[in-house]
Amino acid sequence: MATTEEIRADLAEIVNEVAGVPADDVQLDKSFADDLDVDSLSMVEIIYAAEEKFSVSIPDEEAKNLKTVGDAVAYIERAAS
Amino acid sequence: MTPLKLAPAAPASRILGIGGYRPRRVVDNAEICTLIDSSDEWIRTRSGIRERRWASPDETIQMMSMEAARKALARADVQPGQIDTVIVSTVTHLYQTPAIATTIASELGAKGAAAFDISAACAGFCYGTAMADSFIRTGASKHVLIIGVERLSDLTNRRDRSTAFLFADGAGAAVIGPSETPGIGPVVWGSDGDQAPLIEQSEPWDQAMDASADGDAHWPVLRMDGNPVFKWAAYTMSKTAAEAMDAAGITPDQLDVFAPHQANMRITDAMFRALKLPERVVVARDIAFQGNTSAASIPLALEALLTSGEASSGQTCLIIGFGAGLVYAGQVIVLP
Repeated sequence: MATTEEIRADLAEIVNEVAGVPADDVQLDKSFADDLDVDSLSMVEIIYAAEEKFSVSIPDEEAKNLKTVGDAVAYIERAAS
Repeated sequence: MTPLKLAPAAPASRILGIGGYRPRRVVDNAEICTLIDSSDEWIRTRSGIRERRWASPDETIQMMSMEAARKALARADVQPGQIDTVIVSTVTHLYQTPAIATTIASELGAKGAAAFDISAACAGFCYGTAMADSFIRTGASKHVLIIGVERLSDLTNRRDRSTAFLFADGAGAAVIGPSETPGIGPVVWGSDGDQAPLIEQSEPWDQAMDASADGDAHWPVLRMDGNPVFKWAAYTMSKTAAEAMDAAGITPDQLDVFAPHQANMRITDAMFRALKLPERVVVARDIAFQGNTSAASIPLALEALLTSGEASSGQTCLIIGFGAGLVYAGQVIVLP
């Protein structure tokens, strides 16, 4: 079972690849839209890549509630457990 | 029982020539931003679109189709009288009947050709190409003219922030004829009606008429739920595109050109990554100057690549169309 930090680090790598945000900026308290300037299409790509990477399913209605990096990491932890 | 005779058929088919028509009026992002609350930067980063073309009143479905068809015929070195089948894909010919294909065949001089319209939205050019290939290989047709043509601006809500900058007008045509060697690979196609509401006309004509009679005069428009469409197009369609390459026996290393429906540059980019295509593969990016022209987008993009010299005759090209329905179709072709 991956730790919270491991999930955050893997997610940070995805955010970096998709949106070009420096991986170190992708911290739990950061908002994707407001702090990291990730637009809605990039968010779709990040969710998709995360589903593949962590072998979880993130339905659209859940995805729109994932405002911060911490929200996404917590969701992935719950879904993967 | 006497066995029925079958028509003499060609072993294969290929595209012989491609032509396009781009409306005269260029509409840049600054003009779009007088209609919607947006910015050039927002539109470019969300879609890759710098400008698009909107048809003027005289640039009708018929007129744009004729211009594109004549160019395709000239490049194919095929006479109008040799065309025995005309297929037109459009969702913006505002007559329920007759099909526009018949009047195009007549004006062109393809006298007596079988002629009909298809409704396969942004997949229309690929649907039509698959049909043309089958018709030629069964002997039903010898030379087929397929036209993708749209005046999407007629059905665009110019105040809708999510679509006003996207939809545009134009026509693209291809002449497809017999060939000794395959120039059109097997089509991988399908539909998913469960997702029909993702892209649709806002209401049928009779409802709009009733509302107008009650004082709420308006016109149906196209509406789209962008994010789910983006996800479906970028990922599900990448798998379809990979299947089309497999079906044609082409590996990414053997592919020269990738020309997906010009829906959104971000979709093209995501598909390119998902397909793991080599960097040397030429990618159609006509959307930057043309917007999303639905069924016309692939032939217009191919024409642009061929006339600029970025792509050349004999190269292998993956085309894939996807859109309202949802419908999709992809195949590998050999460029004319």
